[in-house]
Formats: sequence, structure tokens, C-alpha cells
Amino acid sequence: MTSPQLEVLLQTIIAGLLLGGLYALIGIGMTLIMGVMKIINLAHGELMMVAMYIAYVLYSSFHIDPYLSVFLAAPVLFLLGVLLQKYLITPVLRVDAIIPENQVILTVGIGMVLSNVAAIIFSSDYRSTPVDYSTKAWYLTDIWKGSPIELSLSMPWSVSFVFAVLITVALWFFLAKTDLGKSIRATAQDKDAATLMGVNVGFMRIVSFGLGSSLVGAAGCLFIPIYYLYPDLGGQFTLIAFVITILGGLGSTVGAIVGGLILGVFESLTATYIGMGWAPVGRFVIFVLALIFIPGGILSLFKRRR
Amino acid sequence: MDLKKYAPFIILGLLALLPLTGISTYMLHVLIIVIMWSVIGMAWNLLGGYCGQVSFGHAAFFGMGAYTAGLLYEKLGMSAWWGLPISVPVVTVFALVMGFIFLRLRGPFFALGTLAMGVILRITAENLTGFTGGDLGIMIRERTWVDKTWYFYIILILAAVTYYVIKKVVESKLGYYFVAIREDQDAAESLGIDTTLYKTIALCLSAVITGLAGAFYMNYMGYIDPKVVFALHDISVVTIMVVMVGGVATFSGPIIGALIMVLLAEVIRSIPKLGMAHHTFFGILLIVIIIFLPNGIAGDWPKLKKIFAKGKTA
Amino acid sequence: MTAMLEVKGVSRFFGGLAAVNDVSFHVNKGEILALIGPNGAGKTTLFNVVDGFYPPSRGEVLFKGQLISNRKPHQICKLGIARTFQVVKPLQRMSVLDNVIASAFLRSKNKSEAQDIAVETMKFTDLYDDKDVISKSLPLGKRKRLEIARALATRPEMLLLDESFAGLNHAELNVSIEIIRKIKEKGITIMIIEHHMKVIMAISDRIVVLSYGEKLAEGTPAEIRENPAVIEAYLGEAQNA
Repeated sequence: MTSPQLEVLLQTIIAGLLLGGLYALIGIGMTLIMGVMKIINLAHGELMMVAMYIAYVLYSSFHIDPYLSVFLAAPVLFLLGVLLQKYLITPVLRVDAIIPENQVILTVGIGMVLSNVAAIIFSSDYRSTPVDYSTKAWYLTDIWKGSPIELSLSMPWSVSFVFAVLITVALWFFLAKTDLGKSIRATAQDKDAATLMGVNVGFMRIVSFGLGSSLVGAAGCLFIPIYYLYPDLGGQFTLIAFVITILGGLGSTVGAIVGGLILGVFESLTATYIGMGWAPVGRFVIFVLALIFIPGGILSLFKRRR
Repeated sequence: MDLKKYAPFIILGLLALLPLTGISTYMLHVLIIVIMWSVIGMAWNLLGGYCGQVSFGHAAFFGMGAYTAGLLYEKLGMSAWWGLPISVPVVTVFALVMGFIFLRLRGPFFALGTLAMGVILRITAENLTGFTGGDLGIMIRERTWVDKTWYFYIILILAAVTYYVIKKVVESKLGYYFVAIREDQDAAESLGIDTTLYKTIALCLSAVITGLAGAFYMNYMGYIDPKVVFALHDISVVTIMVVMVGGVATFSGPIIGALIMVLLAEVIRSIPKLGMAHHTFFGILLIVIIIFLPNGIAGDWPKLKKIFAKGKTA
Repeated sequence: MTAMLEVKGVSRFFGGLAAVNDVSFHVNKGEILALIGPNGAGKTTLFNVVDGFYPPSRGEVLFKGQLISNRKPHQICKLGIARTFQVVKPLQRMSVLDNVIASAFLRSKNKSEAQDIAVETMKFTDLYDDKDVISKSLPLGKRKRLEIARALATRPEMLLLDESFAGLNHAELNVSIEIIRKIKEKGITIMIIEHHMKVIMAISDRIVVLSYGEKLAEGTPAEIRENPAVIEAYLGEAQNA
């Protein structure tokens, strides 16, 4: 391998890992909702889109940096998630219907409304937040003059990645150390046992949906400095969230992180070596392969088989 | 009682006479679209309503039928009408592969798999520019008829055949097996039902019928592109809505649903300011139906009648 | 008498835990064999292995001398073993009649034949009066009987009954016992899991006792009643309770 080829490969992998960190955040939100509620949220990407528009409005009207808007968008999304769960999803879970997947279809309806309303308010134009650091990058040769190859690290991508890691660590702390977090995990593991132990399962569901929404909302704010925004963007991120959850094994937070990183790198490789347009196909190839060959997720491969 | 038995024939007869009444071209067009959606809805209902396997990717079959017709015309210079017979084996093979991959997944995972399939096909069609023409789509430059009457009769025949076939299937052993699988897969297995086989049969039948509708669409509209025929919201989700609004696991449901959905879409689109918001209306309608009439108008008819009866006495 | 079913050294592990451990026994043609044991003894797991829901981790199952432990449940049903579920699984939105018709299709060429088998089976199991009831609104006692009717409609040579008497009241119990006797008279071999000791002692020809996944004893009801190990492990527990 010649050094330019190596450069391209390494650069592609770095870009993939940075992207994967953000994907992981989206996936964790999804896996939290799936684990606790046992439902699939097909409006996940649309929730992210809502957060991105919040960040966009804050930037374009009040010149608030997208990274700061996390602190407003995440609580708003939490509230939105709670309302959706309480007034739409919970009632549907009680309805007796022939089609068992009616709650999945419900979230499709929610997604349609959200993206269409966004299109009405903001039109279908592509938007972005042209922050002045958007093209800044760090170069390997700046640090190490004699480096045989040149690699760069985009500043907004790196900052977003660090934010994603911080949020993930905070979430881990919440789930592992706080009483509320422990109750959420108990609900995810065994709803009936949790009920017997005095956990208010209904409340935990509402909190989890809110939390999952605010996580994907935070991911949205981290994406907007490096991504274009348009009303229909949600769908593809919903699918990305799914692929990650399937890859990582359902309901596993660590799995979602691993799944996110793998997907990020894989997409980055597909985009570089096959073509930009094919990256989504690569995504689904991984999805289908994971469904067939590792139904328990990547992590199940490392567990001891007995 | 007798009236109920003959109702499908009476409706078919009346519809067949319609073009002779001097109905406007626009009305005829709307009717053609309603009937086409009935066909797709009936097909989805067989798999989702009766067999309980919810597909979020019927656009995959619809688009595949449409592209089969379009490519026969574009690449081989054949009439796009050949797409109707030829789409049958093409879509069957595709459905078999899809069934092999996804039917081992239960419940929501099957739904997700089908959803992914629809998106994969759209992106593939967009990117294989040499073969499919990519985003430019396929256009049939010389239309078979300018007048819509024959298109109307063709889709009407397709719908009548579909209705008949599905009714026969549902009332036969297949129908019993499909519903048994929907209600409890383990119980079905223990009753000697090869659940994988029968789910595959339901999927293939449903896919082929949807593909035929797609092939018809190519001929009728004369233009397709990946975003139109492989659309997630405007094809796959609308298909589900047609069935959910009309009535899950009923014979008349998809037809009622198609009528409501197409008329609603036409009305919304005709109002200039509201046209943009038609997904919002559809989404809200979907949410309302799921919460209040989960089995659709035909499926929850007894419940609806009760509500109206109460309204009258109050 | 020839062995209808042979269970040879069957083990089934779940994540390293043995739910069933090296169990062997056979069921003779035409007899009623009861499988008893305390909760968690592995009875239902053994049923699931026999009828193909779980492949055995070790060992094999033979039906009429033919290896069946590598087959799927629907294939095993076709060979002539039908079962009921402990947690009843009616086809909820179907009428009682349609439930039975759905299973009767296995041995019939057309719908009218299936319908005939279904009606006959429902009369046999005393469910005919409820034929038009949607099965999810059926009371538990009748749902348990519907399980039996559905299994019978597949025209089995052997029937696996998983706690078909649990939760029944006195009158329902007598109806069900009578039905089991009639099934035996038809020459159908029965393997039954049951907690109700009186019923077991009254109807079974032989008993296999499981405890913690292992076979503890095997014999006639009289032998089992006298067996000290069984008394300690199972009957003693029941008496204390």
C-alpha cells in the first residue's frame, strides 16, 4: 500500500469513528426506548430533526452556538417525548387490535406529522448553521513535522464526538448509580418483577421515552454544525438507529456504542471506496447480515457459548 | 342476506357501466387510482391483516412491478403491458428471497426488514443509473390509449380477479392457516402448520398482486422514478393506511379505505394552502384510527354503529 | 406391547443449567403415562423436546421407532403426535369451531371434510354448544378442553397433555376425566403432565417422576405411592402444603 492510499484509508477510518460516536448516541436513545417499552419508535429520526430545527432557530435568530443549544433542545425533546408517550403511545398499548404492530404504525404517523409540520414552517430548503469554525481542522504535520503521512481532524466533528462521549458517560452514570436509573434498568429487564418490587413501571416508561428523545435531540444539536438540515432527514436516521440497535443487540447500551462505531466506519468506507450514494445501501447490507447471522447482536459473539 | 352475497357483483356491474355514462376524465382518473389502491390494499391485507405479518415495504413490490414494465419497454423495446405477466415471476423470486431472509423474524422485526428492503430498492434504483436511468426515471413516450376508458377496464378486471382470489384463499385451508399463524405461531406449529411455508405463500401472493398494480401504474401514468414508486410514505405507509382505515382482515375494508384515502388526498391537494400539509392530515388520521378504530371502519363497524346509535338517542 | 415413544438419554440445557438431565423412559402403545414432579422439575421442557419446540442438547427421541428429535413441531404433528399447552393458546379471534377446523385441515382434503372432523371432535369433547363463541371469551375450563379438542382434530396416535386439569372446578374435572378415558378407549396413547394427584392415580397406567430435571422413579401408581424417594421429593411436599 502506497502512502497516499494509506492516508485515504486512515482518514476514512477516522471520519468513520467520529461519525460512529454520534451514531452511538442516536442508537442509545433508541435502545433505551426499545429496552424499557418493548416498542419500536419509528419517529426517532424525526425527533432528532425537531431538535436540529430548534438549534437552527436559536442560531439564526439569536446567534446561539449549536453546541450550547443542546442544553435547551434536550429538555424540550424530553418534554415532547413524555407527551407523546403519555397521550398517544400509552393509550394505544391498551387498545385491542388485530394487527399486533399498531404501536409501530402509530410512531410512523407521529413521524409523518413532525416532518410535514417542519416542512410547512421551514419549507423544504436545506438549512445549516454556518459556524465560523466549521472548516477548521487539526493536522498531523502541525504536531509532528516529520510525519510520513498527512492526517487531519476536523474541529466541529471532534467537538461533537467529545460531546457525544460526555453525554454517554453521563447517561451511564445516571443508569448505573442513581435510584431512578436503576429502576429504569429493572423495568427493562423484567417488568413484572420490577412492579413487584414497587417500581412504577408506567412512570419509568414515560421517563425512558423522554430520555431517549432527549438523547437523540442532543445528537441532533451535535450533528447540525456538520450536516445539512431538511424536514425529511428524520427517516434515514430512524433507520440508522435501527441498524445500530440490531447490530448492538436489543436493549444493550454498550452494544449500541459498538454498533454505532462499526456502522460509522463501514459507511465511511463505503462512501470512500464505492461512492457517496451507496453508503445507505452498505448500511442495509450490514443490517440484513446482522439480522440473519447475529440475531443477538455483535456482543453476543464475544459471550462464552456453552 | 342475499343482497350481501350479491353486493360485489352489483358493484362490479355498476362500475363497468360507469364509463358509458359520460363521466368526466378527471372522475375516471380518480376512480382508476381508487381501484388501483384497492388492489394494493387487498394484497397487503392478505399478508398483514390475515396472516399477521405487517409489511412496511410494499413499495418494494409495487416499484419492482413498475420497473419490470418500464425496463421491458426501455431496454428491450417491448410493450410495457408485458410487464403485467412478466412481473409475476420477477416479483415472486424477489419475494421468495425476501421471505427467506425476513420471515424467520417475528413481529416488529419482520416489519423493519421489509421497511429496509423498500429503502434499499429505492437507493439501488437511484444509483444504478445505467440500468434504471436513476433519478430521471423511465418515461413511456407513446401511450397505448389517450382515452382512460380501457385503463379503467383493465384495472377493474385486475381488482375483480384479486378480490375473487383473495376471497377464495381466505375461505380455504390457506386462510385458516394464515389466521392461525397471526393469532399464535406456536399453537399453529403444534397443529401441524408449517408456519414458515405458509407465511412465504402469503408473502408471495401479496407481493405478486402488488407488483401487478405497479406494472399497471407504469402503463397508466407513463412515467416512474425511484422516489415515486419506492416511496416509503406515499406508497408503503399509505398502503397500510388504506387497510387500517378501511378495515383490517375484512374483504371490503381495503376498498373502503382506498376510496377514503384517495378522495381525501384529492380534496387536500385541491386546496392550495392545505396541499403541502397532506402528510400531516394523513398522519393525524392514522393516529386517530389506531387509537379509536384500531380495526378500521369495516372491522369496527359494530362499535361505530353503537356510537351513532348513542348519538341519536342523546 | 410395543413402545410408541422412546426417550433416550435426553438432556436439555439452558445457558449451562440442565432443565432436563439424561432422562430415559418409554411410552407403550395405548397406555396413559403420567409425568409428575415438583414445579421446575423439567416436565414441560421435556414435552417441548418431544414435540420439537426445543432440540435436545443430548440424547434422542423416537416415535414408533423413527428418530424425531431433529424435526420441527409441525412435522412431528404430521407424524401423529399432538399436544396441548399448559398456558392455553387458543386462536383468540377465531370461533371455537374455526379453531378446531384449522387443526382438522391437517388430515382432510377439503373444507367440508375438515368441518366434519371438527364437529365430530367438538361433540366428543362436549364443546359443540359453544361452537360459535369467539374463543377469547371462553371460560378457562372450556379453553383447556378446546386445547384437547384441537389436538384431537389432528387425528393423532399420541397425545401430550400439559396440565389439562389445572384450575378446573369439580364438575369440569369430571367431564375432562371422562374425555381422557374416552380418548384412551379410541386407542390413542397419552402422555400427561399433571399436579392433581387423585386424577393421576385414578387414570394413569404408569407414572414417571421427575425431580430437578432427572428421573427419580418409574412404575405403576401403586409402586409410585410406595416409593420412599418419591414420597420425600414430591408427595411429602404436597402433603406439607
